[in-house]
Amino acid sequence: MRKPILIIVSLVAVLCLAPMAVMAQTQVIKIATQSPLSGGMSAVGTDIKNGAQLAVEQLSGPLAKLGFKVELAPFDDQGNPDTGVANAKSIVADPAVLGVVGHYNSGVQIPSSEEYHAAGLVNVSPANTNPKVTDRGYAEVNRVCGRDDVQGAVGAQYAAAKGIKSAYVLHDKTAYGQGIAAYFRLEAQKLGIKVLGFDGTEEKADFDSILTPILAAKPQLIYFGGIFDQGAVLFKQARQKGFNGMFLSDDGFDSSDAAKIGGQALLDGAGTYYSTVSGPASVYPGTAKFLKDFKAKFGAEPQPFAAQAYDCAAIVLKAIENASVAAGRKLPARAAVTAAVRALKDYKGITGTINFNPKGDLTKAKYFIIQVISPDPDKWSSNKIDKTLDIAPPQ
Amino acid sequence: MRRTGARVLREIFLPLGRMAVFVAGAGALFSALMCVLAFLCRGSGADKVLLDTQGVNIVTYTINNLPQVLIDGVTLGFVYAAIALGYTMVYGVLEFINFAHSEIFAVGAFTGVEFLIGMDKLGVLKAAGPMGSYLYLTMALVVAMTAAGGLAVLVERTAYRPLRNSPKLVPLISAIGVSFALQDIIRMVESLTTGQFYRVFPTFGNFDTRLPLFSLPTGGQDLTLVAIQVKSVVVIGAAVLMLVGLNYIVNATKIGKAIRSVAQDRTTAALMGVSVNAVISFTFLLGGALGGAAGLLYALKFTRIDPYVGFIPGIKAFTAAVLGGIGNLTGALLGGIVLGMLESFAGAYLGTYTRGAFGSEYKDIIAFLVLIVFIIFRPSGLLGEQVSQKA
Repeated sequence: MRKPILIIVSLVAVLCLAPMAVMAQTQVIKIATQSPLSGGMSAVGTDIKNGAQLAVEQLSGPLAKLGFKVELAPFDDQGNPDTGVANAKSIVADPAVLGVVGHYNSGVQIPSSEEYHAAGLVNVSPANTNPKVTDRGYAEVNRVCGRDDVQGAVGAQYAAAKGIKSAYVLHDKTAYGQGIAAYFRLEAQKLGIKVLGFDGTEEKADFDSILTPILAAKPQLIYFGGIFDQGAVLFKQARQKGFNGMFLSDDGFDSSDAAKIGGQALLDGAGTYYSTVSGPASVYPGTAKFLKDFKAKFGAEPQPFAAQAYDCAAIVLKAIENASVAAGRKLPARAAVTAAVRALKDYKGITGTINFNPKGDLTKAKYFIIQVISPDPDKWSSNKIDKTLDIAPPQ
Repeated sequence: MRRTGARVLREIFLPLGRMAVFVAGAGALFSALMCVLAFLCRGSGADKVLLDTQGVNIVTYTINNLPQVLIDGVTLGFVYAAIALGYTMVYGVLEFINFAHSEIFAVGAFTGVEFLIGMDKLGVLKAAGPMGSYLYLTMALVVAMTAAGGLAVLVERTAYRPLRNSPKLVPLISAIGVSFALQDIIRMVESLTTGQFYRVFPTFGNFDTRLPLFSLPTGGQDLTLVAIQVKSVVVIGAAVLMLVGLNYIVNATKIGKAIRSVAQDRTTAALMGVSVNAVISFTFLLGGALGGAAGLLYALKFTRIDPYVGFIPGIKAFTAAVLGGIGNLTGALLGGIVLGMLESFAGAYLGTYTRGAFGSEYKDIIAFLVLIVFIIFRPSGLLGEQVSQKA
């Protein structure tokens, strides 16, 4: 006899309390972040979280006025697709989450965003450059950075302009690394650069036997499609084995830890360059305040993609606000937030004016070629920008 | 048996001679096989591609790359051999595979590198002269060996000794558990301060310098410089020293005799007054110290380490031990050298010979395929389980 009474009592309690909660108008909205917070890529991943956190703290004023309390829910995807998808499942299961800022690795974003798509939850990505991220045409998936098909080609064009005639291409076998390496190869061959080899490897330490055929082929350039924790080790060992040519990599190389691993080897010979979709935060005109606030709060220069993460969170906040106003100052549905993100016109972010095309790409994205100028990790953010390009995504 | 001078010398030079024979023999065998293969492949598609892109035929290409491949193979082989000895010694006395040995290796790498990073922060590494840098490396080796050896003893005491009389599978499972636990403990400890659990071997001394050996003409136009890195020399030298030392301990000292007697028959050894527990602990200490030193040498050679760094070399060293004949010290040495060479040859030539269809990432598959075929025909390994010399 006890149990039914208990259930009735609790039902009554819930029925009484629920309207009170609405009346009190302190509903919690969560914005989730997903990035590698531990492991080799945690330097960049943590600053993606920090960028989003700063945005939530600074820009949730309008939502507070509407009676919502905005919280950040950071998740550690470990740069691992399995972990990312598991996190995604718990994110979509929490009804308070109305937007996801994230992923650093395209290989993690692509499977995880299937979960967001199924749940109608909006995802704005600061750093995922693989074409497939937006080419699936999901209404939920957007990004504030460029694409690898353009980035790979930009790298090849730059190499050709530098007078490179032969290149050896390596990649890390992930969706991101292999993808961008293939786009590099495609454009390089179009421009008359001889591609002497195209290899993938998951090796993180011993590149000896991989380097033997590369060095025998005597390329002028070694291109690496992948992340710095492999790329910098590869470049260092290639230099130590007597390679004097040029190194070129991608935005995955853009972390001060690359200098920590590679050191002087990156500057010797013909030097090291990388293409990226995210310049150092200081190159964007709107980031002066962000830089100051970020340094004051987290005690260090922001890593790449922190400013983009700030913008991603800002976009999500703005979209929630717009959707809430449209819904009569009530908690908006996920679908409404998703639509509101795409509907933003000329949003003034700190990394530029943001407009999404129907696929979720920026209507015009920035691409940079950057040269490593110091073996000192602390001077990474003052690396020299060799070239800046504004390119519209392929349709 | 009195320990005479001649006997001591014999125990030092015999293993040195063996190593020289193994390296020269394996090197010559693989080089010869490779040259034959190159001759057979003349006129093939791969040959045409090479002539087209690099202006050399496949035979010249193969021969030109041989010295570098051999150097890489020997370096890797000695690292594998140093780890393989840990597996083989434990197998010798306890007849089970200590799967936690790969994490002992990782702990050695981390403690040694952390010591050097600490020295680097104090600024003494930068200030150290050429002799000083070797002194610090030796100190780091001692730190790594102490930590890894101590940990191996601790693991034996807590995870294996209580299970010593259980069925063979039980300590095996326990070893796998210890392996996972240690990986995550390293990960946790290392990420306490910054959240990053990988470490980079600090740059100091002249380890990155390349010593030019000789030049080879390439396609008639330019010369290929064959060079060896100082750190490869250090790795090989340190490994040889340790292997000779181990051989001496096992074959020419009282405790070594005790280890051999426990390996032969634990019960009878105990009846003869050998303290079995102490001997087994000492075996773990030796194997662990060797593994820890191998870990630091690995970090020196390849720069970057993470908590999972031990897994792949551990599996390979285990294979090397089986290849040589598990339980057999000389076999582990030979197995390590053969496996290192196999891997180095496969990695260097596979991509070229298959015209890029199978890149160097398939090197492990080739190496292990050869091993499987070999083990089918000779299940007891290259040198077999020499029971009388076990451990």
